[in-house]
Amino acid sequence: VLNVFVFFGGGGGCYNAVIRLSFQCLPQQEIMKWNGWGYSDSKFLFNKKGQAEFTGKRYRLSGMILPSLQDWFENTFGASVKQHKSPATPSLNAGALPPANLNEAFLQDLTATGIPFSHEADDRVFRAHGHCLHEIFALREGRGFQRVPDMVTWPNCHNDVVKIVELACKHNVCVIPYGGGTSVTGALECPPEEMRCIVSLDTSQMNRILWIDEKNLVARIEAGIIGQDLERLLNEGGYCTGHEPDSMEFSSLGGWVATRASGMKKNVYGNIEDLVVHIKVVTPRGVMEKSCQGPRMSTGPDVHHFILGSEGTLGVVTEVTMKIRPIPEYRKYGSVVFPNFEAGVACLREVAKQRCAPASIRLMDNEQFQFGHALKPQVSSIFTSFVEGLKKFYITKFKGFDPHQLCVATLLFEGDRERVLQHEKQVYDIAAKFGGLAAGEDNGQRGYILTFVIAYLRDLGLDYYVVAESFETSVPWDRVLDLCRNVKERIIRECKERGVQFQPLTSCRVTQTYDAGACVYFYFAFNYRGLADPVHTYEQVEHAARDEILANGGSLSHHHGVGKLRKEWMKESISDVGLGMLRSVKEYVDPDNIFGNRNLL
Amino acid sequence: MASTTLYSQRDPMLKKRDDFEDILEERRNSSDLKYAVRCYAPVLYKGLTPCKANMLKSMVLQSDHLRYVINQVSQESGEAPDIIHEEASVILEEMAHRLKISTVRFFAFTLTKAFKTLFQHICVNEEGIHRLQQAIQEHPVVLLPSHRSYMDFLLMSYILYTYDLALPVIAAGMDFMGMKFIGEMLRMSGAFFIRRSFGGDKLYWAVFSEYVKTMLRNGFAPIEFFLEGTRSRTCKSLTPKIGLLNIVMEPFFKGEVFDVHLVPISISYERILEESLYARELLGVPKPKESTSGLLKARRILSENYGSIHVYFGQPVSIRSLAQDKVNRCKYNLVPRHIPRKPTKETQSFVTDTAYRIVRLQEDSMVLKPWVLMASILLQNLEGLELSLLTEQTLWLRGLAQSCGAFLDWPDHTPSAKVVSSSLALHRGLVCVSGGRVSLVLGEPQGLVTPEEALFNRAVSVLSCASYRNQILHVFIRPAILAVAIHNAASSKKDEVFNCFSFLCKMFSDEFILCPGDTVQDFEEACYLLVKSGSVQTLQQNIVVTDRGQSTLSFLNGLLESFLQGYQVVCQYFCEEACDSLTEKQYIPAVRSFAVKLILAGNLRCYEVLSSDMQKNALAALLRLGAVSKVKVADQVTLKVNKLAVNSLEDTLGGRLPTQKAVLARL
Repeated sequence: VLNVFVFFGGGGGCYNAVIRLSFQCLPQQEIMKWNGWGYSDSKFLFNKKGQAEFTGKRYRLSGMILPSLQDWFENTFGASVKQHKSPATPSLNAGALPPANLNEAFLQDLTATGIPFSHEADDRVFRAHGHCLHEIFALREGRGFQRVPDMVTWPNCHNDVVKIVELACKHNVCVIPYGGGTSVTGALECPPEEMRCIVSLDTSQMNRILWIDEKNLVARIEAGIIGQDLERLLNEGGYCTGHEPDSMEFSSLGGWVATRASGMKKNVYGNIEDLVVHIKVVTPRGVMEKSCQGPRMSTGPDVHHFILGSEGTLGVVTEVTMKIRPIPEYRKYGSVVFPNFEAGVACLREVAKQRCAPASIRLMDNEQFQFGHALKPQVSSIFTSFVEGLKKFYITKFKGFDPHQLCVATLLFEGDRERVLQHEKQVYDIAAKFGGLAAGEDNGQRGYILTFVIAYLRDLGLDYYVVAESFETSVPWDRVLDLCRNVKERIIRECKERGVQFQPLTSCRVTQTYDAGACVYFYFAFNYRGLADPVHTYEQVEHAARDEILANGGSLSHHHGVGKLRKEWMKESISDVGLGMLRSVKEYVDPDNIFGNRNLL
Repeated sequence: MASTTLYSQRDPMLKKRDDFEDILEERRNSSDLKYAVRCYAPVLYKGLTPCKANMLKSMVLQSDHLRYVINQVSQESGEAPDIIHEEASVILEEMAHRLKISTVRFFAFTLTKAFKTLFQHICVNEEGIHRLQQAIQEHPVVLLPSHRSYMDFLLMSYILYTYDLALPVIAAGMDFMGMKFIGEMLRMSGAFFIRRSFGGDKLYWAVFSEYVKTMLRNGFAPIEFFLEGTRSRTCKSLTPKIGLLNIVMEPFFKGEVFDVHLVPISISYERILEESLYARELLGVPKPKESTSGLLKARRILSENYGSIHVYFGQPVSIRSLAQDKVNRCKYNLVPRHIPRKPTKETQSFVTDTAYRIVRLQEDSMVLKPWVLMASILLQNLEGLELSLLTEQTLWLRGLAQSCGAFLDWPDHTPSAKVVSSSLALHRGLVCVSGGRVSLVLGEPQGLVTPEEALFNRAVSVLSCASYRNQILHVFIRPAILAVAIHNAASSKKDEVFNCFSFLCKMFSDEFILCPGDTVQDFEEACYLLVKSGSVQTLQQNIVVTDRGQSTLSFLNGLLESFLQGYQVVCQYFCEEACDSLTEKQYIPAVRSFAVKLILAGNLRCYEVLSSDMQKNALAALLRLGAVSKVKVADQVTLKVNKLAVNSLEDTLGGRLPTQKAVLARL
């Protein structure tokens, strides 16, 4: 589907690479599920023999049988693969869709510009949601949404966006920018009270790398590019951005900027705010950009930071200059087993203190460790299974680790070979001080592969009465353990009090380390059989969990953003005055609320 | 959860309470030795970090909190941190418990022997024990028993041992430590010792609070202390002290534990071992310093019958649910948790409120014996009354008490005459029956005594008797204040009665458990109870006493009579006698002799004003209301009197002056 044209031009060591995807149709939408995560061809299912498998060919796990998943699934959730199914509605019921509320004058002017648009039901619904549980649940039930965009438009470049925004202002229509659609904060939901025509501005056609500057190691990139395409295209020239959020298969550069995204390998490359050198953004007031690409400036508060995290409320990010790095020479996975979560956190803290964190270091708790085990594919040879058994024996019997306490850290090192090996030794030495045992490259690599397939598992759960979601926070080091314990306990209690009949699964992992704290990611799932309104119950529990996070010194969000899901806590989080500052920016930049997705404020 | 059941039932009659089991019964039928050496394997807190008492000490000494304070103190005093650290270690050594199961077994054996001779029954609500057992597994638990006797904490540990529950560590006053051998024994049975006053001593406070918090966070053992701070000499609950409660709540506020459960425990004695001791103490006979030999002398009491003890383990109260929407824990996010900070106003008022609630829960589950009813009647008839009349009135009062939610232990299937006579028999030291008339034993009329001595002897009887009446005060206090308010108010208009009620609540808030800020609620509760019993009617914003309500209201008025009089006498003293140079120390003896003079002159019949407890409470009220103020002159604290204000308070109390807006405004 992808046509790649590469033009080399210019001189002096700098080449312009105009790389574009075929603009025949809309490739993402065609190959993606309309009511679940990811590619249509990839999903977990229990086959006729009752064994779990992951379909498709895209991932390392694809086509594999996962013999222990069913047991784990049934035991953890009290679910029954045979008896209790809750399949999704097979297709979208276009009749349930509110009719498109079109602004004829706007339409006329837009047609004149030649920018493509559509008001087909499929296109509209596809852009009416992100991946919150309530959104996916509604789609699976065929209920759809109260309000969806009335039309979709696909600008091809910065100037197209300028024209669209001008027309939107002229005709007072509401514009909601759409990148990869991976939001988990309700950011893409259309406000039901919005009476104006809502235009979904899909940036997917603005997906070119405009130029690469090897002298300064930066690239100018259109903001609609999807993470994996960006990485692949840069790789062809020997570069990478190193920005790898878990959603990078589907999320876009503009989306990262708009939500203050964080990548797995931020320890080497930095988070999006560290990677961005220049941003061009189209607002109702006009285009905002800096006049130079100096690496740091003292020119008052950084205006980039009004845009970073603005969640589509101020305008559309069209082009970004981003740092790039040569592809690392050597990469090595690793893993460490700790006797318990406390030891693991202590080790990560020490690693952060010595500022020797590998590109990525993540600590899974025991629940996730067990879950990871359940996802092990069928072992191909007796020998491997023998070795596995031996390892298990060594850890649990010889070293005395309690299998219900132990937890695993996964590691990823990048750099030149010698340095990686040195670095690796340093980290393993620290781990040993906290009782950690090196547990091999394989376990580490599997951990990272799971990162990409784990999102598919929610759809499997939903087929069998299990709802699941993840949420995240950042917290000072001294509070990590207390926060993890209290939030898990709170979830269990809230579930009980709200009539959830089965023990919920609560699990957490420390996914990023910083000098002054860590990012903690929670997974939470329960079997909802017997509940009248599982989504509502789920939301109440998540709400309580967020209260608990805040009460334990955690932040409102580390990288997911606020959207509409967490708006109510903004005042408490950044103070009245802080909120007022953000409001006044919004009022100046967008007095008519053209970018009316009502996120954040 | 627990909090919702706190006051969910509006009608006190509907309060559900558990049944009791007598734990002495089994002891009387099986070997005490076997019991003392039996296998003891209590359930423990699920989050327990196992550690020995010694490890605990080093955890405390190495804690960030203590290290911070040590540095701070060192900077302020110029002393080297090592020396301060050494000081801290000495403080901890002096404080820490050394819980040993062998000592507990020793106590289990000896206490069984003692209990069996002293008491007829020791009754415990087993459902409460089950609830406690569950709570201990789930959360750090704080046991909060009422405090009426030295026996309390031995008894608590004894019961927990009997039911195979985790033994508590107990915050005990330093005075026990003076009792050499016993002090060490208590230490080994889980007591840790705190100085009575260490205001301003940062280091002491840090060691102490860190010690308690470390035990709580690790789930080392349930922590037990007395909210009332000291034994109540009057059998009336004391205004709660909130220092320790603050400490045990902090780990929750700071997110160090998920929750902490508070367990109110009501220990009711049919007869208190210290009965007459207390009366003498209140009258100014100084209390004997705790000493081992003193305790041995107390063996005399072993030959007496002290009836039964009821121990009621209340519903555990979750701090988490109580604090919901009241305390914003985010406040603790901005300063490292080991740096000590004064609690915020919001927290402070939450802790105070909780303390009052817990004390009320203790009061609610206090078991009341028929004698308590009789004592209340006898005190209103000091000249004595016919046995038959006493029986009749006791039965009447029983009905009233029950309708107000009293937890009465009235024997089933026993003729009321028998109930009354056996109560009289048990308390024969206090009452005598002659010629069908019942009256208080008014001193031992042996030999020639001075009028003062006779007066004091009489006062001992009255105060002893009052300590029984006081046990039922919590049941009647709100309706009684209302009764007085109705009596004193200029009209029957509801808001006027409320003004009066509110004034009395303010006046008596050191005397009775009246949670500050609950006045409206208390007023409604009082109205509800009196309306329900048919004593008053509310008609168009008027509160009117019904015909059959007269007797109830007159009884309730009588119940508070001595307090009203007592406070007026104190006011009178301040207006008439107090000189400018009156020091705080001189106050109590001075008021006492003032009252003695009034009584001897026949101008006062109220003996309770001789009680130092009432005198202190009255002074506290006057200080709180600004009618008296403390002035520090040199190294002495003198009391400065605003005679006008005192005078108007006195008149308002006596109902001679309506509760004017002006008075209230000035208060």
